[in-house]
Amino acid sequence: MTPALLVEGVYKYFGDFPALRNVSFQVAPGSVVALLGRNGAGKTTLLRILAGLSNPSEGSVKVHGVAARNAETRRKIGVLGHSISVYDELSAHENLTMFGTLYGLPDASKRADAMLERVGLGRVRDGLAREFSRGMRQRLAIGRAFLHEPELLLLDEPFTSLDDKAIAVLQGMLQEMRDRGRTIVMSTHQIREAMELSTHVTFIQRGQVAYDGERQSEMLHDTGWLYRTYGEQ
Amino acid sequence: MMYLRQILTIAGKDLRSEIRTKEALNSSVAFSVVILILFSFAFDQAEGFEAFLGGLLWLAYSFAGALVLNRSFARELQNDCLDALISSPAPPSAVFLGKALANYGLLLVVELLSLGVFAVLYDVRLSGKLPLLLLVSLLATWGMTVIGTTFSALTVNLTMRELMLPVLIYPLLIPVLMSAMVLTTGMLTDVPIATNMVWLRVLVAFDIVFTGLAVVFIDDVLVG
Repeated sequence: MTPALLVEGVYKYFGDFPALRNVSFQVAPGSVVALLGRNGAGKTTLLRILAGLSNPSEGSVKVHGVAARNAETRRKIGVLGHSISVYDELSAHENLTMFGTLYGLPDASKRADAMLERVGLGRVRDGLAREFSRGMRQRLAIGRAFLHEPELLLLDEPFTSLDDKAIAVLQGMLQEMRDRGRTIVMSTHQIREAMELSTHVTFIQRGQVAYDGERQSEMLHDTGWLYRTYGEQ
Repeated sequence: MMYLRQILTIAGKDLRSEIRTKEALNSSVAFSVVILILFSFAFDQAEGFEAFLGGLLWLAYSFAGALVLNRSFARELQNDCLDALISSPAPPSAVFLGKALANYGLLLVVELLSLGVFAVLYDVRLSGKLPLLLLVSLLATWGMTVIGTTFSALTVNLTMRELMLPVLIYPLLIPVLMSAMVLTTGMLTDVPIATNMVWLRVLVAFDIVFTGLAVVFIDDVLVG
């Protein structure tokens, strides 16, 4: 079976500094991967390469057998990064309709309305994003990332600084995606939440893969186990 | 068809944002008008002054235009929206052309408003000259737009981008500005267009070559 994600020999240099060194792993369709590592380990750099936002210095990334920068591949990927990536001067509905159109969704406006209801912003669909509270803006960002029902979701610390309502919305949507057999790769420092959701773990240590495999029962019950066992002290 | 829709969607988004904030338009129009007023004080409008009119007009357009072009990709920095655009299936060239189209519209609005002020301050009669002036404006403004939008993308992550953009684009815009200045001055002094056809060809060639280069290389500019 073609892996949902195939990463082969990826290096990324910033000047002379190697942020990623010979990173290789693959993710089977339907897996939920917790991408773990300390600050500066290279998780965000790796996720940006997987999302096609940055080119690797060496190596390759394939999504369902096709290069990550291919337009058809990007149609299958949903990205939720550190920032919300929505336009402050557009309304919630305009934001989602715009992204829906870019993704070639038929009837983008109706899909936007449905998603706004799903994330609890239906009543403020015409409100400008800049007038929203932080939590509402985060839910709008979640709506943007899930709007086109991506086959591969790339999430960079998705639970960081979310309010309780946004966390509930995101957890519900992630579980729905997992139940529908979609692939999720998620970097996070909230290890307990990540372990509950994940089927696999990839642990990055100073730009290299220190562990890649199924989630172990020890990881679920002892959140520090992975770092103690595979991390440098 | 999809490609065109993506271009128009991005252009529409930029225009809608600008109409709501008027950040670039207000500053650009005000700057252009101030330049034209200052020039009118600085230069004695004696006989033979017509020979400088095209130069004055296009200097004002190009200075004011830099303010519009600077905002183009900087607008995407807020909330890291550029990441969402690049990770979407819209080809980088569609993102570029969409933003260029929006910039083109905004620059033409600035130029139109400035032209009225220019005509009053310098006592220029535009009747009968407008169609040709429009043609020169459309061609030269597209050249400015292509260069400015490309360098707006290149400088978007620089802390001194407001300074860097003009420094980088003006040397490249010399052929466009020279052509537009000569053609405009020629028009305003009733020189037959046939005399200056070579400058019109320069404008057309510049637009074609630099649009092609920008479309081909914009992927490398946007994805590091």
